[in-house]
Amino acid sequence: MLTAFLACLMLSFGLGATSAWAEGEALQGTLTNNGAPVAGVKIKASTQDGAPAGEDTSDEQGKWSIPVTGPGTYKVELDIASLPAGVGVTNNRPTLTPTVAEGQARNVLFPLGSAGGTTGDGQPGTKDSGGPSSFDRFADLLYSGIHFSLIIALAALGISLIFGTTGLTNFAHGEMVTLGGLLTFLFNVTIGMPLVLAGVISVVIGAALGYFQDRAFWGWLRKRRTNLVTTMIISIGLSLLVRYVYLYFFGGESRNYADYNAQAGVQYGPFLIAPKNLICDVIALVALAGVSFALVGTRLGKATRAVADNPALAAASGINVDRIIRLVWTIGGALAALSGVILGTFQGVGFGMGFQILLLIFAAVTLGGFGTAWGALLGSLVIGLFIQISTLWIPTELKSVGALAVLIVILLFRPQGILGRRARIG
Amino acid sequence: MNWSSIFSVSLEAIIGSTTIAYALAAIGLNVHFGYTGLLNFGQSAFLGVGAYGIAITVATFSQSLWLGVAIGLAAAVILALLLGIPTLRLRADYLAIVTIAAAEIIRLFYRATDLRKWTGASDGLQSFSQDFYDLNPFAGSKGIDLGLITFTDRELWILVVGWTLVLLSCLVVYLLMSSPWGRVLKAIREDEDAVRSLGKNVFSYKMQSLVLGGVIGALGGFVFALDRAAVQPDTYGTEFTFFAYTIVILGGAARVFGPVVGSMIFWVLLVFIDSTLSEASNNKVFPEWFMTTSQAGSVRYILVGLGLILLLIYRPQGIFGDKREVMLDGR
Repeated sequence: MLTAFLACLMLSFGLGATSAWAEGEALQGTLTNNGAPVAGVKIKASTQDGAPAGEDTSDEQGKWSIPVTGPGTYKVELDIASLPAGVGVTNNRPTLTPTVAEGQARNVLFPLGSAGGTTGDGQPGTKDSGGPSSFDRFADLLYSGIHFSLIIALAALGISLIFGTTGLTNFAHGEMVTLGGLLTFLFNVTIGMPLVLAGVISVVIGAALGYFQDRAFWGWLRKRRTNLVTTMIISIGLSLLVRYVYLYFFGGESRNYADYNAQAGVQYGPFLIAPKNLICDVIALVALAGVSFALVGTRLGKATRAVADNPALAAASGINVDRIIRLVWTIGGALAALSGVILGTFQGVGFGMGFQILLLIFAAVTLGGFGTAWGALLGSLVIGLFIQISTLWIPTELKSVGALAVLIVILLFRPQGILGRRARIG
Repeated sequence: MNWSSIFSVSLEAIIGSTTIAYALAAIGLNVHFGYTGLLNFGQSAFLGVGAYGIAITVATFSQSLWLGVAIGLAAAVILALLLGIPTLRLRADYLAIVTIAAAEIIRLFYRATDLRKWTGASDGLQSFSQDFYDLNPFAGSKGIDLGLITFTDRELWILVVGWTLVLLSCLVVYLLMSSPWGRVLKAIREDEDAVRSLGKNVFSYKMQSLVLGGVIGALGGFVFALDRAAVQPDTYGTEFTFFAYTIVILGGAARVFGPVVGSMIFWVLLVFIDSTLSEASNNKVFPEWFMTTSQAGSVRYILVGLGLILLLIYRPQGIFGDKREVMLDGR
């Protein structure tokens, strides 16, 4: 008993302040033939240099899952000989090379169907055996870059507005993103609501939480005249606290919503896109455009920009500064939650999903110019496209390195960002 | 519940090797944050380059330990320059964002499967500490046995080396901070423009501070790696830096011994809570729905986060600090 205890303790000692994000990378999928699960199919995964990474056999529900050791690109092979008679892979691609992001449980889709004239055996020498062409790959990355940049932009706009009006660099913003994903998971999977309804409720709760955290906490700190650097470190403590509360209740693994999991892609011109992603893009665009135009066109938007420019002057001209800041937190909370809902459909839900994209959000905001709404959108687009398309040349797991390189170069040559103003950088 | 083992591990944490490594990290951070007012959120990267400097030199390229030490220190200096040049002229939070990003990027490099033959990817590297333990003058002895507290001969050697490094670092910090050079640093923290108007090169002073604190952090990385005889990329994640910040603020920023005492108190408390919870959940003291063993592991982070928030709101000067010295303003 004592030795077991000590060993356990040594382990927890040895790890020290280990970052716990490393958990949960996996390849998974569900095999169905016209809606019926296909059991007993062997799936084999290997790393790019051919070392085996694990294998699994699909169960009664047609589900299979292979945990892998880390992010990277893997070769996933469906053993055609183990398919039931008369069933084949409809696109003749039994070998796929999906890329697993950090902490992601990546869905791998093998479309099955009746094999028609062919037997269950593979067809040697088909033209597709070499995987997708490089143009298809570029189109794929171009689209996923745009999709990802919209996810970043939703969170970045909130951070940028909060910074603009209060001066706070909010490190706990990633946790608001995670909240959107976790709440949607709760309503969708645990309670069993449809995904769309679950997403809407999560966004509403996100907005309410944004309002109340300013009312109860940040507003109180402002009133105590806590200086900005102290407040920023407080937001880091809050981020740590909340992230591990999520871990406590949700667990370390990455999970998926109940609906629209492995949705097959539809060909739109050169792009092969799952319709769910396209719908998410439209929702994100509408939200972003709505907030941006409200900032430019409405009285409240004008008041917000006035507060961002000079709070004292805004207050003197009759604007209720606290109310504007609370409005900004509400919008920030809603946008962050929406970003989390969409991120969850894209790469699964995990307790660290928001913190993982936080640095990219910061990079986007800095690149565009702190405190400018249009800058946040532009910066997100550049960062999203850059990190996806750079994977044509650099390993996927290092794609964030490119984003940091961009950040440093920008700070060297144009520290105020693309659209920022010189005065803000101090 | 095995209270005697809980108390013995908690007491050992007063001077244990983890306490030493975090004390060194916090002393370095205190130079940045406490004395100069630099918001370095990438201190884990400085420990990481120190640790991997030794590990890669010895385990991958089978060179000597001393070359590894030299490379680790040089890497810390280079990292400080790389982080400082683009950010030190800008407002404080730019340094925060760039350093936290850089620390994550460096961790991703250690983890990258393409670099496995040099870094061991997510498995890390082992078997590089033999040269260090060959020097152990206590080798073969029984170590220390004080009833509750026991240290083996190996642990005794790392403790002696570690505490020597801590005391030397404290001495260096004390001497520097009471010199004219240190007064300039503190003046930069209080009012950068005033210092500039006196004709001092603020950028250069900040850079020197960043390099000094980074090098002290790298020493902590040496202790961490040699004690465990292994390096593993996820050890050097952002949580490491947040722990170090909590330690600096707990002990009192801009105090020479603040980080050391902070690290002792921090680790005694954390180890006590951690081992009590894990013992309790192993013995099924709590019902299963309340806390499982794996959940007990996340409680420490929740407590550190909460502690950091409460300290900053109610006692930003920590235990020994002076309130006038820690009220940074957001430049």
